[in-house]
Amino acid sequence: MIELKNLTKVYGKGSKQATALSALSLSIKKGEIFGVIGHSGAGKSTLIRCINLLERPTQGEVWVDGVELTALRKHQLQVQRRKIGMIFQHFNLLSSATVYNNIAFPLRLAGTEGAEIERKVKELLFLVGLEEHWNKYPAELSGGQKQRVGIARALASDPDVLLCDEATSALDPQTTDSILRLLMDINTKFNLTIVLITHEMHVIQSICDRVAVIHGGGIVEQGEVAQVFLKPKHEVTKEFIRSETQSEGPLREAIDAVHTGYTQAVKITFLGHKTYESTLSQVVQGTGVHFAILHGTISTIKDVPYGQLIVRFEGPADAVQVTLTELTAQGLDVEVIS
Amino acid sequence: MGGLDFSGINWDEMLDATIATLKMIAISGIFTIILGLPLGIVLYLWGKSNNVIIRAVYSVLSFIVNILRSVPFIILMVALIPLSKSIMGTSIGVLGTIPALVIGAAPFFARLVETALREVDRGIIEAAQGMGASTGQIVMRVLLPEARPGLLAGVTITIVTLVSYTAMSGMIGGGGLGDLAIRYGYYRYEKEVMIIAVALMVILVQLLQMAGDRLVRHFTRK
Ligand SMILES: Nc1ncnc2c1ncn2[C@@H]1O[C@H](COP(=O)(O)OP(=O)(O)OP(=O)(O)O)[C@@H](O)[C@H]1O
Ligand SMILES: [Mg+2]
Repeated sequence: MIELKNLTKVYGKGSKQATALSALSLSIKKGEIFGVIGHSGAGKSTLIRCINLLERPTQGEVWVDGVELTALRKHQLQVQRRKIGMIFQHFNLLSSATVYNNIAFPLRLAGTEGAEIERKVKELLFLVGLEEHWNKYPAELSGGQKQRVGIARALASDPDVLLCDEATSALDPQTTDSILRLLMDINTKFNLTIVLITHEMHVIQSICDRVAVIHGGGIVEQGEVAQVFLKPKHEVTKEFIRSETQSEGPLREAIDAVHTGYTQAVKITFLGHKTYESTLSQVVQGTGVHFAILHGTISTIKDVPYGQLIVRFEGPADAVQVTLTELTAQGLDVEVIS
Repeated sequence: MGGLDFSGINWDEMLDATIATLKMIAISGIFTIILGLPLGIVLYLWGKSNNVIIRAVYSVLSFIVNILRSVPFIILMVALIPLSKSIMGTSIGVLGTIPALVIGAAPFFARLVETALREVDRGIIEAAQGMGASTGQIVMRVLLPEARPGLLAGVTITIVTLVSYTAMSGMIGGGGLGDLAIRYGYYRYEKEVMIIAVALMVILVQLLQMAGDRLVRHFTRK
């Protein structure tokens, strides 16, 4: 659906040059929710703004739905842009227009006729749950309501792609969740491809199918969210996940503590239905080893449950080894940490 | 302040002068807006262009606007007498002063328009661009509505400025209250007429400012 080929973006000229993206390539499939995560200044905004050419890449090609946007003339680009909706961290609504007129705005730009505009706007007001607020001005709405208007406005022209530039960063956690749920709903309902950028792992974990980690203007890691989240490879990715969980200090101490007898610390990862099964207790019953849980998370990635436990096994060395082999055989992911 | 005698004032003349002033303000105000608004929009658009040639044209235009704004109105007015004659057929009276008033006020108003447009949130303009809006659509549907309070404030300031310009135009026989005040007060030492004429202008400015403020408040949504 979206192909970014070798994008390079250099801001400024001469000595003030700054490279925001360097030869970045990315491929986003139709109907997926694709997340891009990165630290401040990593190039996230530049990347997403290159997709609808709000920012023109210095080099490289942008393809959306089989059309090379970077090759289009001004007018053709304006037409193509109607198929790409966008929502923003600071909403960017027309302050001089009511909710109704904000949502109608893209339709009026496209010259849609009156009755159709009314039908469409009413439908969207209902979709985002703002029927009662249609005649209010943005200044009279809460942040979450403003973002709903932003979403309705972005959907008005029936886009194939929705770009979200830190769409929830200005909202409190509860409102964030309701907006994320709305995004997930419209993704399934309209088979809309969603690209979102964020600096919060929580957002990625809640709704994304795939994720790319951007750092220093390049993608350092990408893949299915579960895979990247549970088995991060790059240091930046690990850092994001760690900040989402807890500090490592006390855990390290627990792992390294001296014990009498043989002990082995391992990280066990459960994914999907395995998360809620009693595999672990069944296996240790068989092998007779004991264990202590040092750290644990049980949560979901999008709608898939997962669990990640750090446990210390205690018992005869060979019995512990059998336990680990058995856990792996049962379909759990076991990683030894010393 | 003893010895003031208002009984000798010719009130018909005062009324005629007031109407003449209002006419001058209305006509020059309309033409100032017709000329200044597009000029301000063009200044705004060209001022942020990345194109080298357009930037150069902007600099020239901006320079001309600055010159027109820095010439004292009284001098501009005298300098424009030949132009007024050729456009309006006369350089005195209500019609004769209109060109000078418009040329004096339009660059001023254009700058106010440019400033008001710059106040419009960049994010909103980008959002519209992202939706495929053309430059014309952005001007008509985003910039002008979003800048409306600022534009109305600019119109108010400009019209108030025009009131004082019309008063000055009395110096070259422009007609209206300023003319009356100068003719009686300055040349004939009948200060009563001058006081009334000035008082009327003060009231006019107050009313205009109040009406302007009220409109600005009505359209402010932030
Ligand atoms: N208009 C600009 N002119 C010059 N440099 C810019 C411009 N926009 C961004 N940059 C630079 O490009 C780099 C990437 O910026 P970008 O806004 O894409 O980062 P980001 O990942 O969105 O950060 P944040 O999380 O803070 O929004 C930064 O170093 C920034 O300073
Ligand atoms: Mg950003």
